[in-house]
Amino acid sequence: MSLQFIQEPLDKTAPRVVPAQSVTLNVNGQDRTIQIAPWTSLLDALREYLDLTGTKKGCDHGQCGACTVLVDGKRINSCLALATVYQGKKIQTIEGLGTEDNLSPLQQAFVDHDAFQCGYCTPGQICSAQGLINEGRCKTEDEVREHMSGNLCRCGAYTNILSAVMEVLHDGEAVVDNGVLITVPVASTKASSVE
Amino acid sequence: MNSFTLTQATAADEAVRDLTSHDGAAYLGGGTNLVDLMKYNLERPTHLTSLGLLPLTDITSLPDGGLRLGALATNADTAWHPEVEKRYPLLSQTILAGATPQLRNAATNGGNLNQRTRCYYFYDLATPCNKREPGTGCSALTGPNRVCGVLGTSESCIATQPSDMCVALAALEAVVRVQGPDGERTIKFDDYHRLPGDHPEKDNTLKPGELVTAIDLPEEGYADHFTYLKLRDRSSYAFALVSVAVGLKMNGNTIEKARFALGGVAHKPWRDQEAEKMLEGQTASPDLFRQVAAKVFAEAKGYGEGSLHNSFKIELGKRAIVRALKQSTEMSQVVNPNVFLNSNP
Repeated sequence: MSLQFIQEPLDKTAPRVVPAQSVTLNVNGQDRTIQIAPWTSLLDALREYLDLTGTKKGCDHGQCGACTVLVDGKRINSCLALATVYQGKKIQTIEGLGTEDNLSPLQQAFVDHDAFQCGYCTPGQICSAQGLINEGRCKTEDEVREHMSGNLCRCGAYTNILSAVMEVLHDGEAVVDNGVLITVPVASTKASSVE
Repeated sequence: MNSFTLTQATAADEAVRDLTSHDGAAYLGGGTNLVDLMKYNLERPTHLTSLGLLPLTDITSLPDGGLRLGALATNADTAWHPEVEKRYPLLSQTILAGATPQLRNAATNGGNLNQRTRCYYFYDLATPCNKREPGTGCSALTGPNRVCGVLGTSESCIATQPSDMCVALAALEAVVRVQGPDGERTIKFDDYHRLPGDHPEKDNTLKPGELVTAIDLPEEGYADHFTYLKLRDRSSYAFALVSVAVGLKMNGNTIEKARFALGGVAHKPWRDQEAEKMLEGQTASPDLFRQVAAKVFAEAKGYGEGSLHNSFKIELGKRAIVRALKQSTEMSQVVNPNVFLNSNP
């Protein structure tokens, strides 16, 4: 009855309440069901509801690329995506690209090339670079620079990010894994890829 | 952001019904502009009709030789579609000159047409803006207005339409297909966006409830002689200060047909059909291009001098037209479809 007492004045002044919806997202190969509002961004769903905090919130306006994830193998800004409309899609985050014991080729290349300082932009950089490789459109350094322009690094690690991406771009081969394109290293092409 | 309800429509007529049955509703495409504007409280829809499940993602050839771009095809899928790259390289390169790969992967063709201006004052809730709050005034007339327009402006608004893609669609004379409560209709691209006049709050000529379903390209794609020249403050990921999309049909050094449009200078992609006619039947020459450029900007009005204000766009725009026409006429017949950097083929 005390509830009734509290709700009565609220009903007259508060905006209407939209109930949370049950939403199932396929993230890193697993179906995960969460209760979220229609306005919950994919970024907030990953970080706050699924505890996948590898994906970072930078500007929250699609300008910095820190929130970049892969959807059906394509890179997008998760901050501008409403999570409810991404049901049925294959979402990949940095947590799904490799493990601590078995880094993905890009993750290993970022370590080898010292391609980060503070690391805040790194998950977005790596997901974006994976998207770039999946697209198969870039060959030269200038092309990679242009097609990584949606990812800002305020430490200024761009030179080494470029080196890391170029290494995997030349050494990797795209394969389909669980319906999603990923890049795997091809040892045999390493020597012959030198131009 | 305000609270809202959301429906996922699965067909165009269902989407139109859903939107028109909710007060304060908006269509949600890729969300790259709308969700951003909602985060700034610039758009406050109480209901979203999501279009993500609509079967409007195909790019298909038309019987008349043209090409139909589904409204829900992403900008990236459109730019990299084999038919677009081969037959409409101007459109492909223009799309790739805009935004970032992440944004182009989510942004849709219909949404690209309907994105709002990036005028500083439209985004600054502390300042008057007739486009955001009709009747409050235009802060850009006297404030820093480097990004604002110099052609077709009014005392109510000097904002620009920010799209790159739309500049190419204007030059290509595309046709926009829409569906609304009263059925389907088509809108010539020149008539889709409008000048600000006394109603800058209206960006386009869509009627309430109307949904873009496709963009039709005519058969002529100017694949042998075209240019998208985009001039901006950074060479990547920046809106155009001035841009020019050109499509020419050449016979030797004679221009048989000419179409061009400008971005970054007006409330809509700017075409000047009299200027296009000045080119047709003429021998390509720098003098001719300079006369055409002078004609386009003859009635331009700048809003202040110096780098913060936009009068520089008049001379910049003229030079951009001359250079873009020169590049288009001098192109080799063989175009590498993989050239996409900064649109200089």
